[in-house]
This record gives sequence, C-alpha cells and structure tokens, in this order.
Amino acid sequence: MAKLDSKVPKGPISEKWTNHKNNIRLVSPANKRQIDVIVVGTGLAGGSAAATLAELGYNVKSFCFQDSPRRAHSIAAQGGINAAKNYQGDGDSIHRLFYDTVKGGDYRSRESNVHRLAEVSANIIDQCVAQGVPFARDYGGLLDNRSFGGVLVSRTFYAKGQTGQQLLLGAYSAMNRQIARGKIKMFNRHEMMDVVLVDGKARGIITRNLINGKIERHSAHAVVIASGGYGNLFFLSTNAMGSNVSATWKIHKKGAYFANPCFTQIHPTCIPVSGDHQSKLTLMSESLRNDGRIWVPKTKEDAQAIREGKLNPTDLSEDKRDYYLERRYPAFGNLVPRDVASRAAKERCDTGFGVNKTGEAVFLDFAAAIVRYGKEKAHLKGLDEDDIKVVNELGKAAVKSKYGNLFQMYEKIVDENPYETPMMIYPAVHYTMGGTWVDYNLMTTIPGCFAIGEANFSDHGANRLGASALMQGLADGYFVLPYTIGDYLADDIRTGAISTDSKEFEEAENDVKQKIESLLKTKGNKTVDYYHKKLGKIIWNKCGMSRNADDLKQAIEEIKILREDFYANVLVPGSSDSFNEPLAKAIRVSDFLELGELFAKDALERKESCGGHFREEHQSKEGEALRDDENFTFVSAWEYKGNPSDAVLHKEQLNYENIELKTRSYK
Amino acid sequence: MKLTLKVWRQKNSKEKGKIESYDIDKISPDMSFLEMMDVLNEKLTIEGLDPVAFDHDCREGICGSCSMFINGEAHGPDRLVTTCQLHMRKFNDGETIYIEPFRAKTFPVIKDLVVDRSSFDRIQHAGGFISVNTSGNTQDANSIPIEKQKADNAFDAATCIGCGACVATCKNSSAMLFVSAKVSQYALLPQGKIEATDRVLNMVKQMDDEGFGNCTNTGACEVECPKGISLENIARLNREFIKAKIKS
Repeated sequence: MAKLDSKVPKGPISEKWTNHKNNIRLVSPANKRQIDVIVVGTGLAGGSAAATLAELGYNVKSFCFQDSPRRAHSIAAQGGINAAKNYQGDGDSIHRLFYDTVKGGDYRSRESNVHRLAEVSANIIDQCVAQGVPFARDYGGLLDNRSFGGVLVSRTFYAKGQTGQQLLLGAYSAMNRQIARGKIKMFNRHEMMDVVLVDGKARGIITRNLINGKIERHSAHAVVIASGGYGNLFFLSTNAMGSNVSATWKIHKKGAYFANPCFTQIHPTCIPVSGDHQSKLTLMSESLRNDGRIWVPKTKEDAQAIREGKLNPTDLSEDKRDYYLERRYPAFGNLVPRDVASRAAKERCDTGFGVNKTGEAVFLDFAAAIVRYGKEKAHLKGLDEDDIKVVNELGKAAVKSKYGNLFQMYEKIVDENPYETPMMIYPAVHYTMGGTWVDYNLMTTIPGCFAIGEANFSDHGANRLGASALMQGLADGYFVLPYTIGDYLADDIRTGAISTDSKEFEEAENDVKQKIESLLKTKGNKTVDYYHKKLGKIIWNKCGMSRNADDLKQAIEEIKILREDFYANVLVPGSSDSFNEPLAKAIRVSDFLELGELFAKDALERKESCGGHFREEHQSKEGEALRDDENFTFVSAWEYKGNPSDAVLHKEQLNYENIELKTRSYK
Repeated sequence: MKLTLKVWRQKNSKEKGKIESYDIDKISPDMSFLEMMDVLNEKLTIEGLDPVAFDHDCREGICGSCSMFINGEAHGPDRLVTTCQLHMRKFNDGETIYIEPFRAKTFPVIKDLVVDRSSFDRIQHAGGFISVNTSGNTQDANSIPIEKQKADNAFDAATCIGCGACVATCKNSSAMLFVSAKVSQYALLPQGKIEATDRVLNMVKQMDDEGFGNCTNTGACEVECPKGISLENIARLNREFIKAKIKS
C-alpha cells in the first residue's frame, strides 16, 4: 500500500517553493536527452508541460484524442486567468491571491500548493505575453483586468470571452515549435487505454488509434496525466463531448488514489436546459457578473406570469424585482463565489420563482450596465446624458466590446436578443475540483506517474474560484512539473530506453483488447447514450447541487444496477479495427459507471457541507453550508480495491498554519 | 419537423463514397444541427446500421472540430457560427438537407464526414510560434505597451479556430485565410517582429508543399468563416510575404 506522504517542504510558506527548487535533484542536459516522458492530454496543463519538458531537452510523446492538440477543451474557457500582478494598484498581492483561493475553496485545499500557485501566477502572464497571446489592453497600451467571483480586487487578465482559446493556442504554438524540432512526437486521435507499471513504476501506456483501432504500446520513464476533469459524469455539463475520466480512472485502478471525487463545481451562469434532446450545456462566462445583475420577480404571481409568457421581464418595475444576491450578500453582491451563487439560484427556483417554462432559470440583466456605460460614454463625448436613445446606443456598444462573443453565442442558442431582454441562466456542471491525489511534486501514489491541471485535486479545495483553472493548468505545466519531475527522473539517467516487449506491456495490451471485444460482442438493445443519460440523471438528481444520505445510498445502488445492465445489454455497433466513435464512447461510459459509485460514496462519507458539496443535513439556519472542521479537515484519498464502493479511505490531514479557519462569509 | 437527409457515406479513406438518403422525424427547432445528427445516429444504431461518423467536441463553436458542408455551405446556412451552433430553426419542415464533408485534396476523408486536417497542423509547425522558452524570467508583461487598436486586431486574427471552412469553401482550396490569420496576429505584435521574415516564408512554403491552392481574391472564405476572420489579413500576409522575399 502506497503511503500518503504529501512531501510538503519545511519552512515558512513563502519560502517553501524557492527552497524546494534549490534543493531538489536536477538532470543534466546530456542526460535529459536519454529520458522519455509521456504526456496524456494537450490542454493548458498538458500542452504547456509537453512544450516545457521538450524545451528542457526531454523526449516527449504527447497524446490527445482530438484531431489536433489545439482542440483540447481548455479552448472553451471564457472569462480569464488570475494573476497577482497588482497592475490595478488595488492592494493585490501573492498573499491575497493565496488567501482568496484557500477561502474560496472553503478550507479544503493544501496550503503549500495554493501558495506556490499564487507565487508563479505572475510568471504565467509574462510568459504568455512573450508568446504573443493577445490579452485585452487599455488605451494606454497596458494590460486590462476585470473582477471575478469571491474576490475584492481586479486581478483577472482576459482576451474578450475567449481567454482559454488564446492561452491554449499559446501553449499549442510552444508545442508546435518543439514538434518542428522533433522534441515532441505528437499522437493525435489516440486515446489512452491503460497505464503500464513495471516494477511498481509507471513505464508506459497502451493507446488506441481512433482512426484504425490499432492498439499500441508506448514506453517512457515517466507518465504525466493531464486529461482534465470528469464533469461528463453528469451527461449534461459544459465539458466537451469527448471529455472523460478514463485516463485518471485507469491509473486509479492501477494504484493512484482518487481524491475528493464528490467535489464538483456547479457553475451558476449557464444557458438553461431546453429539452430532452440536449447533448450538452453552454456556459455564459462568470465575467458577465461584473456587469449583469441577477434577479427573479418578488412575487410568485409575477414569476408565473413570466413563465406563461403573459408578462415581459422588461415590463416589471424595479420594486417588483428581487436581486437576491445583492440582498443576501451585500459585500460581494452578484460576485459571490460560484457555489454560493448556484445554491441561491436553486433555492429561488425550488421555491417557485423560476422564470422559464421549466421553472429552472433566473435572469441575468444588463439593462443597468448599458445605461451606466452609455452615460459614461455620452459624458466623454459631450453628448446629452439624458437622451435615452443615445445612452442606450453607446451603452450597448460598450457592452458589446466587452462581451460581444458571449452575447452572440447566447442569441444563436436561445434565439433571443440579450441586449433587449435579460438573459436566462441556470447552474450546470462545469468543473471538478476532485481528481487524482498528488503530492507536492504533483506525483500520484504510483511512482513515476504524475497528474496535472484539472486531473489532480490539490489547489481548489471544495470550490474553485473563477479564472483559477487556467492559472492552475499553466502553473502546473509551465512552472511546477518541469522542475519537480526532474527530482524523480534523476534516478533514471542510467536506465536506458524502456522496452515495450515485456510481459507487463503484453498483459496490459491483452486486457485492453479483451475489454473491447467483450463490449462489441454484447450486441444488446440499448445504445451507449441511453446509459450515459441514465447515469447523468442519477448523479444530477441525487448527488447534484444538494445531497442527503438517503439519496446518496440510493444512488450507489442504482449505479451498480445500471452498470450490470450496461454490460449485459449495451449495443456497440461496428468493429474494433475502424473509426468507431460509439466504441470509444462505450469505453468512456464504462469508466464513468464505476466512478459514479465512488463519487456517491465520497459524498456520503463526507458528513459536512463545504464549498460545492452541500449536505442538506449540515446547514445553518440561513441555509448556508456548515463545515465540520473538527472531523473533516482532510483530503479523502480513495484506494481502489476491485469494486468502486469497496474503495478504502486514506486521509491526508490538512494543516492551516498561515490562514485561520473561519466560516466563509460573503455578506 | 420532418426532414430528408442526404448524407455522404464513405467507409474509409480508400473506398469510394456515395450519398445515402435517410428520413428523420420529430426534430425540434430548438435542437442544434449536431443534436439532430445524434437522433439520426441513435436510430441507425438501433436499426443495426453504422452510425454516421462526424467530428465534434466542444459544441460551443470554439474547438473547431465540427466540419460539415451543409446544403453547399461550410457550417450551413447561418452566418458566423460553426455547425454545432447551427440550430434546426434555420431549416423548414419537410426540407431535404445535403450533408457532405469538407472537401479538399489537402483534407482527405477518414470516414463519412470526418476529414484529416493535419496539413493545418504542419503549417503551424513551420512557423506558427514565437521562439520563447519557458523560464519565469521573461520581462514583465507590461514592459511593452501595445497600441490598443493593434492588440485588438491581433486578437481578431487570433480567434481563428482552424476548422478549415475557408479551404472547403474556396474554389481553389486555398488556405490563405488560415495562414494569414496566424501571420497577422504575430505581425501586429512587437513580440512577433523578430522572426517575421522566416515565419511568413516558412509557413507559405509549407502551405504550398501541402498542395493548397492559390488565392484569387473571391472572398468566399471570409463569408463562410465562423469567426469572421477578415480578408484584410490576406492582404497583410501578401505584404509580409513580399517584404520578406525582398529582405531574404
């Protein structure tokens, strides 16, 4: 059994990372050329890690299931990336970013990792600008910032509503340079099927070529998993259709502990579900809460009239609207953290104030912002600030320049013009804070197997703040892993190339082939999507925004039954030796069907509310989350034992030496 | 809605393909085009037939995976959207819809509607980057102020999603809009100036070596581009190319 040692360096928190870097072992440039590293995934974490490792001199093999590394789902991140630059002079600092992130995570993240994240955050912006990432700038030519939820400063750098795209294309360009040099060997349309352990160390992976179905063996001295999160467990989420848990689940089954699986982020501002046909949900960036005001009608009668189409939201006067976030949380208002905003929306809708046909939507309104910006612009131009027409026109142009692509996206999907009528939004699954357990060096409990980005668990605790995912992905990939992996690889300078002819590779390959054949042979009567949708409903209804013991116990049983049904009755068309998307999906869903059970078990065992994990049994009189610091200030790290719910719990106690544990308040 | 779909079916890159006809019913106008394709595929799967292969991933118009030619237009009849953001309300009940892959010699079909766009990646390998190593010691991000207009133009060029609609639309299968977007992004920024000469020469060479056609200024690419990448970028590419040719 692997020991749960976080390997956090000693010393004051602000010196830990510097001291650690000064003391860990290095690999000489000549020796780096003898060492191979596999990186699975090409998002912000995987792409930046692959590029940086190759720059350092390692031989990198990079894998993605998409047809190009540029398409990894980091591309869809909208709002921005945090960095403690204090360019706005509003009192920001490394300490504040560290503090906000720990508090935002509801005191369930590892202090030392979060501090390191805050320390390297400024380097990320410098690096990206040097790469030619076109961040938004002000008229003086300097970088612009905006605010995100849960903080009182403006530290978010952005490129309109396409920050993830620009950062990913930056990492992709860094990869391209190394692909051209031959230092990265790129494998597009390849899916990792399993990790291979030799003498207890990760020494390679088995992949499936998605074009011709060929099962391939790839060896390396270390394996880095950067395959993202598992939000698609819910079927409907803001994740891409191909996003999956398979890489992290496979390493879990081979010995990597899975940490805090139940910590999921439900993002408050997504386009509401419109019907059963829906295949995925679309996020409306949190940046919109800088200017948008969230409200529902004050009376249920008005809400009903709006639902039935008898009343226009724009006709409802101010005194009949309930800006419930501003009412409940005056200090942070519409910019409370995501978990708080999501629960508040659910509470209003559950009580009967929902505003769309399904009753599951609230308004996000830009009318006030349009007037505010319009007046400002009119004043600047010396025009009449009381001319509503002029003000509206200028205001809409100002809003468009900030959020144009988001408004366009909304209009295309919903067929309503958000400049004229308030947007309708509802929470949806967006991000998973839980993931593979890693130590301070980002190594999992399998020696030589690392996990970075959303695939690991370490930095966001029970709730992630907006614009912090991009920060963490790039911090891990550009500035943390490239250092820490050297300490491990220093032992491998004399190992030489790893052979793929060993029995370990053969066994792993055979297992994969067997699994594929058995899925194809089943020839049942229900499609893969049928099972995925069923699983998603169970998780959303019983392990979603609020959870209780009875529901969670039921969910565990229902998932078990569904999994048995899947293996008995699933219909996977086609053959294994061709382009076969349903087969690829069946493999991913089979892993979700196992993870789902562990997810529910983790939620059941954590008998407290914290961040995105809300247990109905544990709440304050005002309905706020109630933590139990005495009994639950730990990371749940689960060890696989053959059946998801037989997993054994290991606890990593969290010590807060620099930040006092307090009840999180945004009032 | 009831629809007749005429879909390009091709088993793999070696075999010949042909159009197959499918009738489909109970399509909601609120569905996206790909959700309509999901319905078709569920039906085909249950009937024991091979579902239609198509590329797709983010389904929010940013990853650039989806790539269908619908009724003779890349990404279908709507403007400034990818296929995944195209909604069925843009079609009429009873309509016949033709669905084909992006066609170009440089985009060989892998299966059905899935094409191989790795030629785009290879063009980027040739010069789509600024040579800066990760170090943590690059200069402070605010040490080079950049004129807002230029930064905004660079951003607009950088929003290209690499879907290939420009190539599929162009009668010459030219990749000029795609290449010009990357060249423009870096040409507009001070960081990109140092390698500007080599970059444009190498990227254009790779583009030619891949077999993409020439630009004859028809402008169809701009019309069909889901991100509205402007033709001005092609003009800038030409200027950059001439400049580089003279210099070298």
